[in-house]
Amino acid sequence: MGEEKRYWRDYQKDIPDGPFFYVRSCIRQTFTPGAETMLLKILTGYLGLDVYEDPRHTCCSGIGYHTDVVPLETTMTIIARQLSLMQEDGYENLLVSCVTSFGLYNEVLDIWHHFPEKLEQTRRYLREATGRDFALPKAVIHTSDIVYKHRSRLAGMMKYRMVDRQSGRPLRMVDHVGCHYAKIFPAKGIGGAEFPQVLSGLAAPWGGISVDYSERRHCCGFGFRQYLLKDNRSYSVSHSKVKLESMAPHHPDLILTNCPGCCMFLDRWQYTIAEIEGRTYDDAGRGIPVLSYEELAALLLGENPWDIGLQMHQVQVESLMDKIGIEYDASQKYLGDRGQYIGCPQKPDVLLA
Amino acid sequence: MTDYLKLLDSDLRFREGLNACMNCGICTAICPAAAIFDYDPRKICLIMQKRDNALTEQLLASDTIWFCGQCLGCRTRCPRNNTVGYIIQSLRRVSLETGLYLRSDQGRKQIDLARNIGGNLMKKGYCVDMDLVVPEMHPEQGPVWEWVYENRQAVCNRCGGNYHGSGPGAQRTIDPQSMSELQAILRTTGGEAFINKLSKGE
Repeated sequence: MGEEKRYWRDYQKDIPDGPFFYVRSCIRQTFTPGAETMLLKILTGYLGLDVYEDPRHTCCSGIGYHTDVVPLETTMTIIARQLSLMQEDGYENLLVSCVTSFGLYNEVLDIWHHFPEKLEQTRRYLREATGRDFALPKAVIHTSDIVYKHRSRLAGMMKYRMVDRQSGRPLRMVDHVGCHYAKIFPAKGIGGAEFPQVLSGLAAPWGGISVDYSERRHCCGFGFRQYLLKDNRSYSVSHSKVKLESMAPHHPDLILTNCPGCCMFLDRWQYTIAEIEGRTYDDAGRGIPVLSYEELAALLLGENPWDIGLQMHQVQVESLMDKIGIEYDASQKYLGDRGQYIGCPQKPDVLLA
Repeated sequence: MTDYLKLLDSDLRFREGLNACMNCGICTAICPAAAIFDYDPRKICLIMQKRDNALTEQLLASDTIWFCGQCLGCRTRCPRNNTVGYIIQSLRRVSLETGLYLRSDQGRKQIDLARNIGGNLMKKGYCVDMDLVVPEMHPEQGPVWEWVYENRQAVCNRCGGNYHGSGPGAQRTIDPQSMSELQAILRTTGGEAFINKLSKGE
């Protein structure tokens, strides 16, 4: 193997084929619950992987930890309980769907590795509180890693391609990888923090083009307390604006994300910026559609966009679906769980579909 | 005066975060908070390397330590393997434990976070759920979220969720036994007492 190839091996990651113990994201289940439904359908249905969700698992407490209201010892013990459930259910590979959680699971495992007394303290706390014990996971995998690994297999099953149906032009995708996916532990992410590949690597097999932009590695602006506190939200919108301004000259057809929070922020802040400044980031004044990797995969596989939950996005996705030639029934968009019409959102003065 | 440095030294994040900073400023160049606020992670390292208890107290009682957004980009970039984001985590903890956070505007905002995020975790087992994102407090979420919020059960379950249901699925209610285990963890590890203390502004 040549010197150059050895160098790139540092940016690869071993991804097992399962079986996987799945833990959810409280941000995604709040803002894009359909993305979780579709992800599990893709993993277990399309890819036939063994993925199990134990309904007894809780939030990892990551948002509380990074907003400094949950102590480290509490977070470590909550994570230990998730691992205890995994052991009880007979699984060894932890499959994490949230980027904040992914960073935190890796962080806690790293602490336990370097500070065995913290591992022992956590075992004591968990035993005292619940009578449980736990085993360390064999692997910690982010759900976007799995989709990346099986990108070509999925491409073979897709009904649509990331191509403009009229012109045959490959669609231009800009990506945003959540900070805690690889900035804390670069070796845990595909492409590391420097050359993130986990999303950009999906474009070519699915028919599109990944476009680099100068602020690609910049934070979306969540900032934990900076978004969650109303008074501090200027931090959050300012950083999303930095990213959107950097994307716009490349005329992207869509933004792709692997973090449920980033996906929501890059969507919602386009609305806010449009309301405040009248600024939109596409040529038609509709905004750039923002999708997560599982939402995009599900769309291209031919799943109903309203089952995916794309009606929950503020920047409407019809323009993207029309470009690709995705068939959809507009009359189903605002139907509820029993097929009942539940009214539609008030139209904003900006970003009109 | 409390020995703040001793409290910080007992936090492994402080010890791991500050190795041998040469004040090159790469952390400040990459830091999103430094671009927005009067915040300079390089200065945080400068102050902490002085090992001056009085200066540390000033820092703990200031707005400065609350500006970091915890992206942890500083960890990726530091050529000396320092992580200012970890130093900040430990400074914030000492500020909260000693009550110095109450002396700064930004610090006092922890009361709201403890009540909302901490309270939701203790009550429901999730830091965040649909019920928490009230449109009046989140105008930036826009009219689509307002519609989602008003119809959250129908919209969530339309997308395969399980709003306030039992069993698996998005937005499910966590069963009583699991909540009881979570609450026992919060009690045993001091999390409950910590959240309650902050919620009361103590």
